Amino acid sequence: MSKQLDMFKTNLEEFASKHKQEIRKNPEFRVQFQDMCATIGVDPLASGKGFWSEMLGVGDFYYELGVQIIEVCLALKHRNGGLITLEELHQQVLKGRGKFAQDVSQDDLLRAIKKLKVLGNGFGIIPVGGTYLIQSVPAELNMDHTVVLQLAEKKGYVTVSEIRSSLKWETERAKQVLEHLLKEGMAWLDTQAAGEPQYWLPALFTELYSQDITPEEAKEAIP
Amino acid sequence: SSSLTQAFPVLMAARSIKTFATVKFDSGVLLLSTHRLIWRDQKNHECCIAIPLSQIVFIEEQAAGIGKSAKIVVHLHPASSNKEPGPFQSSKYSYIKLSFKEHGQIEFYRRLSEEMTQRRWENMPAGQTIQVNKDPQAGRIRAVGIVGIERKLEEKRKETDKNISEAFEDLSKLMEKAKEMVELSKSIANKIKEKQGDITEDETIRFKSYLLSMGIANPVTRETYGSGTHYHMQLAKQLAGILQTPLEERGGIMSLTEVYCLVNRARGLELLSPEDLVNACKMLESLKLPLRLRIFDSGVMVIELQSHNEEEMVASALETVSEKGSLTADEFAKLVGMSVLLAKERLLLAEKMGHLCRDDSVEGLRFYPNLFLTQS
Repeated sequence: MSKQLDMFKTNLEEFASKHKQEIRKNPEFRVQFQDMCATIGVDPLASGKGFWSEMLGVGDFYYELGVQIIEVCLALKHRNGGLITLEELHQQVLKGRGKFAQDVSQDDLLRAIKKLKVLGNGFGIIPVGGTYLIQSVPAELNMDHTVVLQLAEKKGYVTVSEIRSSLKWETERAKQVLEHLLKEGMAWLDTQAAGEPQYWLPALFTELYSQDITPEEAKEAIP
Repeated sequence: SSSLTQAFPVLMAARSIKTFATVKFDSGVLLLSTHRLIWRDQKNHECCIAIPLSQIVFIEEQAAGIGKSAKIVVHLHPASSNKEPGPFQSSKYSYIKLSFKEHGQIEFYRRLSEEMTQRRWENMPAGQTIQVNKDPQAGRIRAVGIVGIERKLEEKRKETDKNISEAFEDLSKLMEKAKEMVELSKSIANKIKEKQGDITEDETIRFKSYLLSMGIANPVTRETYGSGTHYHMQLAKQLAGILQTPLEERGGIMSLTEVYCLVNRARGLELLSPEDLVNACKMLESLKLPLRLRIFDSGVMVIELQSHNEEEMVASALETVSEKGSLTADEFAKLVGMSVLLAKERLLLAEKMGHLCRDDSVEGLRFYPNLFLTQS
C-alpha cells in the first residue's frame, strides 16, 4: 500500500500547487471539496497529520476556527446558557478574527463544530426554523426540548398554551421541558407578560434584532 | 425625502460599508430589501441613498487582500430619464463598489444574488419607488456603452467559469484516486481481520498511519493502542511536557476543550485536530505519563495530573459547601476559582459519592451537605 500512498501523495501535491488558493479563498469550492470527500469515505479534517491538512492547509483553517468558536461560546455562556444561533456565532467569530483575516462562511463553522464534538464538551447542532442553534454545554437536550426550541424560534419566546395547541402535548409535559430549559439557563421566565408567563430564549434575542430586521425597525432606520 | 420611507421588508443589513463610484461614501450601513439596495450614513442618519434592484445588470465579488477589504461590484443600467434626483447628476462609471470593512461580504453577496434571481420586485406592488421601471422592455434598450461592458463581463464570467470548472475537474480526478485508496484500505482491513494472528504489531501500526494520512476511518476493530499511531504516541509525550505547568496552575485538572485551545494557540501552525488530541490523550495512561484522561458520567472529558485526586478534592468541596450552607455550581466556581464546567462535575461527583444532595428547582441546581448520611 505504501507505493500507492506515495503516488497519491504526489497527485495531491500537484492538485495543491494549482488549487490551494482556490480552497482558501472560495467557500463554495470548500463545500464541494468536503462533500466529495464525505461521499468517498474520507475525512480531510480527521487529523492535522493527514495529507489533506498538510498539503491543502484545510486543517489549520478549521482547527483554528474551532478554537475561536470555543472561546466565543464560553464568553457568552453566562448570558444564553450555552445556546447560540449560528448567525450570532458567525458575527462574533468574524469580529474576533479581525479585519484582515480570511472570511469564513456558516458552512465552515458547522464543519468546525462537528469536529469539536469529539472533545466531549457537549457541542451540538440543533436545526431550528431555517437555521441552527449551536449547543456548547453538556446539557441533555432530547427531542422534546429540541421541538420546543424550534417552536420558540419564531418569536424568541414560547408559552405553555402555544406548546399545547401546536404540539398537542399535555400541560405537564410542556412544563417539564420548559423547566429543564430554565434550569440550564437557556430560557428566562417572564411572569409579568400579559396573559400567561412567557419563556424567552436569550439565544434568539440577537437573531431577531441583528441581521434580519422587522419592518418597524426598517422604517426607523430610513429617514 | 418622502420616497425613501417605504417599508419593504428589509432582508439583510451589514455595517461599515463604503460605496464609491466617483466619490467615496464612508462608514455606513447597507440594507437589502426585496426591491432596493439602501445605504445609510452611520453618523448622519439623514444621509441615505438607494438603488432599485431592477437597475442592476450584474454583480461580482472582489476578494479581500492585504490592506483592502472584500467588495461587491454592482453594475448598473443607464439611468432612465424619469429618475429622481440622486447624489450626482451623472457619472462616467456604470458601476458602484461596495466595500465591506467589517466583513459580511459573503452573506450579503449570497442574499443579493438570491434577490437578483428571484426578482420579487417584479411581482410585488411597486408603491412609491425612486425609479419606476414599469416597462418590462425597458431593460432591453441598451446604450452603446452597456453592450461593451456586458461583453467584458461575459468574457470574465467565462474565464472564471473555466477556472472553476478546471479546478472542479482536477478535484474530481483527485477524488477518483482517493476512492481507490479507500477501496484498497478496505481490502487490507479484511485481510487483517482474516489473518488475525499472522499480522505483526508493526504492520498494524503502519497500516493505521496510512489510514491517518488519508483521513480514512479505521475499520479494524482489534486495537492495541486504541486508534493510536506512532504519531499519537509522540504527541502524548509532547502533551505531558506542555501541560504540566498549566495543570499545576489550574488545580491539577483541565477540560479537554481548554487543552485544545491552549495547545493550538501555543502552536500557531500545524494545529492539532480534535481527534488528534483525543487519540493522543487516550494513550497517556498506557505510556505511564504523569497525566491521564478522565471521562465523567456527563461525557465531559478532562486531563488530570496523576498526582491529582478528584475524590480528595470532593472532601474539600464538601467543607466549602457546608461552610456556606448550600452552593450552586456558579457560586462554587467563583469561590474556588475554577471553571463552571469543572465545578459542576466536582459537585456531581460529590453527590454521586453521597456527600452532597441536590435541590433541583427552576432557580437552578443547588447542592447541600447530605445530612441524611451524617445525621441519623
